[in-house]
Amino acid sequence: MLGMSANSVSYNEQGSVESGVDAAQENRITTLLGWNEDLKEMLESNKESLKLEAMKRIVGVFHPKIKNLKKLVYVYLVRYAEEQQDLALLSISTFQRALKDPNQLIRASALRVLSSIRVPIIVPIMMLAIKEAATDLSPYVRKTAAHAIQKLYSLDPDQKEHLIEVIEKLLKDKSTLVAGSVVMAFEEVCPDRIDLIHKNYRKLCNLLVDVEEWGQVVIIHMLTRYARTQFVSPWREDAVFDENSAKAFYDSEEERRVDQSKPYIMDPDHRLLLRNTKPLLQSRNTAVVMAVSQLYWHLAPKHELSIITKSLVRLLRSHREVQYIVLQNIATMSIQRKGMFEPFMKSFYVRSTDATHIKTLKLEILTNLANEANISTILREFQTYVKSQDKAFAAATIQAIGCCATNISEVTDTCLNGLVLLLSNRDETVVAESVVVIKKLLQTQPSQHSDIIKHMAKLFDNITVPMARASILWLMGEYCEHVPKIAPDVLRKMAKTFTDEEDIVKLQIVNLAAKLYLTNSKQTKLLTQYILNLGKYDQNYDIRDRTRFIRQLIVPNEKSGALSKYARRILMAPKPAPVLQSAFKDRDRFQLGTLSHTLNSQASGYLELSDWPAVAPDQSVRNVEVVEPVRLPCIYLVFKDNVKNSESEENSDDSNKSSSSQSEKSSSESDSEKKKTLKNKKPQQQKLDSKDSTKLVLKGSYDAISSFPFSLECYKLMRVLMLLLLFCLTVSPVPVTTPKSSILSPNLLSDLQGLLISPTASALQVGVSPVFVPETSHELLHRMTGKGLSAQYRFTRQPCIYGNSMVSLQLTLSNSTDQALENIHISEKSSTGQNIHRFNAIERLEPQASVTVSMGVDFNDSTQAANFQLCTKEDEFSVSIQPAVGELLLPITMSEADFTKEQGKLVGMNESSATITMTPENVSSQSVNRKVVSVANLGVIPSGQENIYRFSGKTVSSGSLVLVSVVLKDPDAVITINTEKTVMGSMLLRQVKTALTNSGP
Amino acid sequence: MIHSLFLVNASGDIFLEKHWKSVVSRSVCDYFFEAVERATEPENVPPVIPTPHHCLINVLRQRIYFVAVIQSEVPPLFVIEFLHRVVDTFQDYFGVCTEAAVKDNVVVVYELLEEMLDNGFPLATESNILKELIKPPTILRTVVNTITGSTNVGEQLPTGQLSVVPWRRTGVKYTNNEAYFDVVEEIDAIIDKSGSTITAEIQGVIDACVKLTGMPDLTLSFMNPRLLDDVSFHPCVRFKRWEAERILSFVPPDGNFRLLSYHVSSQNLVAIPVYVKHNISFREGSSQGRFELTLGPKQTMGKAVESVLVSSQLPRGVLNANLSPSQGTYTFDPVTKLLSWDVGKINPQKLPSLKGSMSLQTGASKPDENPTINLQFKIQQLAVSGLKVNRLDMYGEKYKPFKGIKYMTKAGKFQVRT
Repeated sequence: MLGMSANSVSYNEQGSVESGVDAAQENRITTLLGWNEDLKEMLESNKESLKLEAMKRIVGVFHPKIKNLKKLVYVYLVRYAEEQQDLALLSISTFQRALKDPNQLIRASALRVLSSIRVPIIVPIMMLAIKEAATDLSPYVRKTAAHAIQKLYSLDPDQKEHLIEVIEKLLKDKSTLVAGSVVMAFEEVCPDRIDLIHKNYRKLCNLLVDVEEWGQVVIIHMLTRYARTQFVSPWREDAVFDENSAKAFYDSEEERRVDQSKPYIMDPDHRLLLRNTKPLLQSRNTAVVMAVSQLYWHLAPKHELSIITKSLVRLLRSHREVQYIVLQNIATMSIQRKGMFEPFMKSFYVRSTDATHIKTLKLEILTNLANEANISTILREFQTYVKSQDKAFAAATIQAIGCCATNISEVTDTCLNGLVLLLSNRDETVVAESVVVIKKLLQTQPSQHSDIIKHMAKLFDNITVPMARASILWLMGEYCEHVPKIAPDVLRKMAKTFTDEEDIVKLQIVNLAAKLYLTNSKQTKLLTQYILNLGKYDQNYDIRDRTRFIRQLIVPNEKSGALSKYARRILMAPKPAPVLQSAFKDRDRFQLGTLSHTLNSQASGYLELSDWPAVAPDQSVRNVEVVEPVRLPCIYLVFKDNVKNSESEENSDDSNKSSSSQSEKSSSESDSEKKKTLKNKKPQQQKLDSKDSTKLVLKGSYDAISSFPFSLECYKLMRVLMLLLLFCLTVSPVPVTTPKSSILSPNLLSDLQGLLISPTASALQVGVSPVFVPETSHELLHRMTGKGLSAQYRFTRQPCIYGNSMVSLQLTLSNSTDQALENIHISEKSSTGQNIHRFNAIERLEPQASVTVSMGVDFNDSTQAANFQLCTKEDEFSVSIQPAVGELLLPITMSEADFTKEQGKLVGMNESSATITMTPENVSSQSVNRKVVSVANLGVIPSGQENIYRFSGKTVSSGSLVLVSVVLKDPDAVITINTEKTVMGSMLLRQVKTALTNSGP
Repeated sequence: MIHSLFLVNASGDIFLEKHWKSVVSRSVCDYFFEAVERATEPENVPPVIPTPHHCLINVLRQRIYFVAVIQSEVPPLFVIEFLHRVVDTFQDYFGVCTEAAVKDNVVVVYELLEEMLDNGFPLATESNILKELIKPPTILRTVVNTITGSTNVGEQLPTGQLSVVPWRRTGVKYTNNEAYFDVVEEIDAIIDKSGSTITAEIQGVIDACVKLTGMPDLTLSFMNPRLLDDVSFHPCVRFKRWEAERILSFVPPDGNFRLLSYHVSSQNLVAIPVYVKHNISFREGSSQGRFELTLGPKQTMGKAVESVLVSSQLPRGVLNANLSPSQGTYTFDPVTKLLSWDVGKINPQKLPSLKGSMSLQTGASKPDENPTINLQFKIQQLAVSGLKVNRLDMYGEKYKPFKGIKYMTKAGKFQVRT
């Protein structure tokens, strides 16, 4: 791009001028368009020459390739449409036009951009476009429609009902391209409409493997929810959920299976889902593997779960972030089912290079996996971790050891001893953590551990971490009877330092004092009173409160009531041991693999996984009536220069794996109705395909513009673009604009317009492409009369390349026999006088194949049929082409003034007019224009007056002017036709009349 | 799905942002910066950060954070996997994915991001399709573009998106038809103090570089497919065929791609190709420590161990290290305390060693733990698991391609505890 090299420089420069109010935004725009500062300066400068140079460069960037320009406009539009609604609206008509483009990729991208414009006014237009695209023949366009559904829904949730209809339609789609996107739309718009899934359930299961990977994730999550509402639980209701060893679990299940009178039989649909998702465990996409794993976790019988283990462990080789999520999910799983991951225990060993959150998760999992058999291995591993330089991790390891010790009673003593050893560690955090854990362990162990307590009392002086000090004090108090000599001494020391302690320690000092007072009041009475007095005047109100409470409780006086009698029982009550449990214990309330599970709190849009139903709902809802595929002769063309395009059409056509026989392909479309339209449309589409690909690239030639089907639109687009560009250059980043530039912009605008309009405007005078090309074909030769050869023709409405006075026709020949037809041509002798340009003889037409050729006929401006012979090697068939009068015209365009001038010349005999009553739906300008141009190949003249519509054309052979005007006088309309060819005039009048009075499209 | 994407560099500046739905203010990243501040190391930033209205999911690659903004429930792995795919695509396009590369190609980056997601849902992530849409920048093309004023946006419409083999573009032509496969195996191991293996496993990949004309259909078979315990495939591999016959059958993408990654069953004993003799000690009360390290080959099946690199994070108390290597060079960074020794090739006759002393902070107590040693090495022409490709056949095209298979063993996460 032009500014590429300069761009990086300007980028850095801008980086330093961060102070600007909206430098960032401006930055973005300029970089977005590959722009740079100096260009802007040039445009804003006062020198004409500089401005001109800048504009040349703008045009230089954008001119050669109209498509690139489109792309940039798209990006711009989508980003700024919300802020600049009016400007965005200017572009809508362009996209609407492109939605009808014969090329599926253009239709799709037009829909994509149109639906991305977040302007509420266009909601109806979007709705219409989505509905249309949902029935498009191309699966790619349908996929885009599915994406658009979500966008429209977020723009206007009121459209929900209509959108659900579209979703319902798209869910029936058999293409793998569409499946993922439509399920995504379903999840977003109407996740509760489970009934829409029934009929598509089996299809989705079967398609799943071939859907693109992102779609797979979405479908699997949706099917998990679906299955939980539709099938009965494959788990025994009375099965032990928390099994300690996998083996015991299976044994018991085996027994029960024998016992139970009514064995569980899995729904075949349930099985289908499990079977079809299993291969996806081998996907390279970690999200897919995780999705399948959670599906198995939530849906599969417990004994089938083990297959997901390996895949999950494999994911641990992936990136750090992936590891994090996978480990979290494994942590949750391993609480409930140790057996699953136990063989892979070593995969969770911590490496010194792991990130802290990974280490903690691995530790969590190892703790969960610990059992009698492997505890010694795990503890040995833990010993290494305790020595880690990462002290936070070492502390977490100590907690993990504590957990193991409480869970497995065999090793409690070993663990305790190990922890006591750690008390002599040099690192304070390690010691503190050990104290805390030992405190918890001692509490669970009512047996005598007075020497440990003594040991800790000795350490007390060296420990400064408040939590650890508090823990030791609590232990002293709780077990003061085991250490009758030490405890009062500790209290004595504490009385000295009371004021310097942390709050949490102070509370425990008060606590200890109270307990000692009750058990050993003789020694500690005074100490206690001293401490209580200190506490009474403490700064912290918690401590003051506690002190007051304790004093009332333990010191008997007249005011204290009955409570003090029970003080001993209150303070010295046996306390339940704390339960050390995993932080992941409660995470299983969330569906695995979800964001909510990771956050351990419900994210917005989280859908609860329902419990299994007690009785399965009706299974038959998922039955689909099988429609016998109808075999119809199918028409596929591979035609001269557009081989490439036809290929793309073919590929898109269905999900069929191979590009095998074409008839097979069409038969997979069970809807025979659809196929007929397909048959009709194919030839035209391809013709246009080749055209547009060449025409999209204008290569700067104005000739090309004039022959471009939507040249007017293209021109408009350029104007819109220029406006946009100007906007972002001068006006755009909010009110930063200096008055200078805003004054400049109108000048620039007119300059630019001048630059563009003058050449294009003159080009527009020369020739006009048809405004509308009807897609209907007419039968030329039926396959029954043609002995298997059938032919159809249609009018292309293009100037004929074979002769100026000829009408160009497109002929589609197809062979529905089972042998090849040879030498198809038009015989030399023509029965009527018309001059016919024959197509080149077709040497061979394969069975089931078809071919499109073009020919020209000079009808001499009359509707008399052209009769000729269509020949094959063996046969001759007489055929005739009867043209409609509207097809004998070519559109031209002129100014309004010219039109009235010409009309003034063609009066009297040459004028025919009629008054009709319009149906209300035809009154709009769009519909009048559409009706007229569909009947006759005329050009539309931009009209200055509201109620007058003007069309102009010339006859093909003689080139006489044909002027049509429609004047609306509510509710009537006057149609006037002026032409030298009076016969044609009256015939045309009749046709226009019928078209405008009919209410149909 | 994915609402917005912010690219943040190591110094905490947002240097690129892209929004697929409405615009989310940059200030949302403040939560992310808070998390970065809390984490001591860049790697320790949690990948999922909740904020009151959004959720930030980030990945760290090449010292750039890719921060995606999420508004509602979505599988976090979905986002993470996608972000990594974005980075891979950038690497594919620009060679490296650095801040400079992104800034230099900012237009292409925007174009890519625009095509990869539609309304936050992945649309085209297959590099093949993307390359058809947006041509990767080359020096020549940049020059041509500057002169002619054209852009990298391809002229073609993405026909690949419509294909049943979306990973392969049509009309591929080469004068030399070649297919190369690299079998690369990595040994992940933890070796304990005494030199015995605590855990060791082999992970392998088969990377391919296929430059074949037309639509070739390849099959690849192994001598000993049973070795492969757990596999994951490129989408092109036909899974049913693998299930039934243990044969890889596929229509390959054009160019470089990862065909297969596998895990060798844990029943097999893993041959550890190198051993490390170490003697690292700190004496109580003294400000000196001893450091001795010797490497030697173990089970290498007669192949040379090359590109050996030893690195170790020494304890914080170490001030400096004064060492002398018998071969190669070593560096010690006194700030990060990272010691690394580039050994090169191990000569079995003359074992490489690194000996010397470390000086400790005076008065500091002796570190409780000896540092772990991370090892990297390469062994050419050897797949340590013993996996062997039997044959490679091509169907569907008439020419005879040139085929090549290379084996290599590398150290993965290979740690020695001391």
